[in-house]
Amino acid sequence: MTVTSMRTSADRRAALSDPLEVYRRMWEIRTFEEQISGLFAEGLVHGTTHTCGGQEALDIALATTLHIDDIVCCTYRGHGIALALGMTPESVLGEIMGRTTGCIGGVGGSMHLSDLSVGLLPTFAIVGAGVPVAAGVGLAFQVRGEPRVSLSVCGDGASNIGAFHEGINLAAIWKLPTVFVIDNNLYGEYSRIDKTTPISNLADRAKAYGIAGESVDGMDLEAVTEALDRHVSNARGGGGPSLLEVRTYRYAGHSRADLATYRPPGELDEWRLRDPLVLRRNVLLTGGIASAGELDDIESEVRDYIAEVVSATKEAPEPTAEAMFANVTVPLDRGTGEN
Amino acid sequence: MASIRMRQAISIALKDEMTADDSVVLMGEDVAAAQGVFKTSEGLLEAFGPLRVRDTPISEMGFTGAAVGAACLGLKPVVEIMFMEFLGVALDMVVTEAAKFRYLSGGRVSVPLVVRASVGSGGGFGMQHSQTLENWVAATPGLCVVVPSDPQTAYGLLRSAIRHDGPVVVLEPRVLYAQRGEVVTGEAGLVPLGRARIVRPGSQVTVVGLGQTVGVIREAVDRAGLDAEVIDLSTLVPWDRSTVVGSTRRTGRLVVVEEAPESGGWGHEIVSTVVSSAFADLKAPPFRITSPDVPVPYSPPLEARHLPTSAYVADQLTSYLESGKVPAPWWIREGFVK
Repeated sequence: MTVTSMRTSADRRAALSDPLEVYRRMWEIRTFEEQISGLFAEGLVHGTTHTCGGQEALDIALATTLHIDDIVCCTYRGHGIALALGMTPESVLGEIMGRTTGCIGGVGGSMHLSDLSVGLLPTFAIVGAGVPVAAGVGLAFQVRGEPRVSLSVCGDGASNIGAFHEGINLAAIWKLPTVFVIDNNLYGEYSRIDKTTPISNLADRAKAYGIAGESVDGMDLEAVTEALDRHVSNARGGGGPSLLEVRTYRYAGHSRADLATYRPPGELDEWRLRDPLVLRRNVLLTGGIASAGELDDIESEVRDYIAEVVSATKEAPEPTAEAMFANVTVPLDRGTGEN
Repeated sequence: MASIRMRQAISIALKDEMTADDSVVLMGEDVAAAQGVFKTSEGLLEAFGPLRVRDTPISEMGFTGAAVGAACLGLKPVVEIMFMEFLGVALDMVVTEAAKFRYLSGGRVSVPLVVRASVGSGGGFGMQHSQTLENWVAATPGLCVVVPSDPQTAYGLLRSAIRHDGPVVVLEPRVLYAQRGEVVTGEAGLVPLGRARIVRPGSQVTVVGLGQTVGVIREAVDRAGLDAEVIDLSTLVPWDRSTVVGSTRRTGRLVVVEEAPESGGWGHEIVSTVVSSAFADLKAPPFRITSPDVPVPYSPPLEARHLPTSAYVADQLTSYLESGKVPAPWWIREGFVK
């Protein structure tokens, strides 16, 4: 199977049962994100974007532990999760570049990615907003008795907003099948976590809701996958909600305007020593799953593929005014009788 | 037809729609065991059980957000916001999430959510529990906003709102919960969204009200013996332009009576639209009768004066029809505001 032969999101999701495809997807996310800053410089991406380089292990673990009909409510730092869950780079980049090939035809942009066929509700551009919404998705599953799970991914900064508290509290009292993941990348916008948050172990917040909390090394794909799988299985089995803190690192600044000059010297380099892609490569090599040459080939193929996607997207049309007026409201004649 | 209170009409509407559709669920503070602090969910916990009728923590952002998520996955949640002011802490979920999801998903996600909130003055609840605040939700594409004015519209608009496949905010004038009226239930009792009702035909002036002011206008018109056409706007967003503009073309005069403060009220939208589209048919300048730009005072005589009373509306309408000019509001005439 080659990358370009997998056209549907569901196909791309299913492909992750192959460890080499997992490696390919991690590189796809990294390479994709690296392209974004260049596209900004070219004036082809507008407003803001929030890249996820360094956080690929969580993206992949979500895609491999959740069922395809489970639902993810994640943040605006969502390119990687979208790609991991199965969205095509064409669909994601098309949206980021405001083209008709984007997942919603270019009216959304970087912060508003979605694909219901792989369980991604529109990503949330308001910090913390996805937390109670994920609880509500769990509520729908509970009311209908469906063995499905909802999962919220928020950042460390969101753990200080009211929606976080209210959403988890609701899920706890109602024992909803919802897993709350904190992607703790140490920075909320431009502020380091110790300036904004009185505790460093965010999993401790679970105690306040009487639910299980756990922290896991977010750079290590196997560790994240193992932990996430336990939390998701527990929720699916009726064990109620839980909180998983995934300790990652945001390689880039908060958004494209942020050069992250506030970081202590050397911090980024230290984290890069445990880069999730490097760790993964070592696992595949030492386990004899792939040779260095095969992995090099994958990396090279991904670079070519993303370059092709970028070229094609540059040629894709921008939406016409018709798109602006579509899908704003539900027509009033739907189900309201005579009007 | 039975004569029932508006709060009972709301309970029956919820019960009828929950019976008709298993996906309808109700959430809010004290809506289940206590049957609502205003008794607008009587008998529902008993009838439908705790899976579908849920008491929530005092956590409007949490449960309104949960309702958005549940609606995305096919439930039809009705949430009760005890006092409209409490929506302030959950407004993100209504105007920035629920109202946007259809657009955000290329039409693939619907949010069939109903947010009910009690609104308005007249109950002595003080300035933080007496506002109507329609303008919090009136300027967001993607939302419908409806306001009942009596038991029948409370029943019929709520059922239509629940059936609607998008988010609808229902603002219930709290002071009307105890009002009695005859209510047609069942399909015949539905009130369509997006359509104003001419509640009294007339030829001299078109007077538009919403919620609590509809009754005030009717009483004022009767009191002054005016030949006025009274329109209950019923749906604020999207409001029924053709009925209001058509009526104003016939009468040549328009007055909008609002409960909210003068500045920034929904009546500006009505007056502006009518002036722009029916200018040639106007015999006098349209105007608005509102409350003054002050918080709702607690003192009973002051609260009674704050809301446009039927006596005040009668005086303003009479003066307008006699002089052809816009009468100054009482706070200007009496020198409280320059």
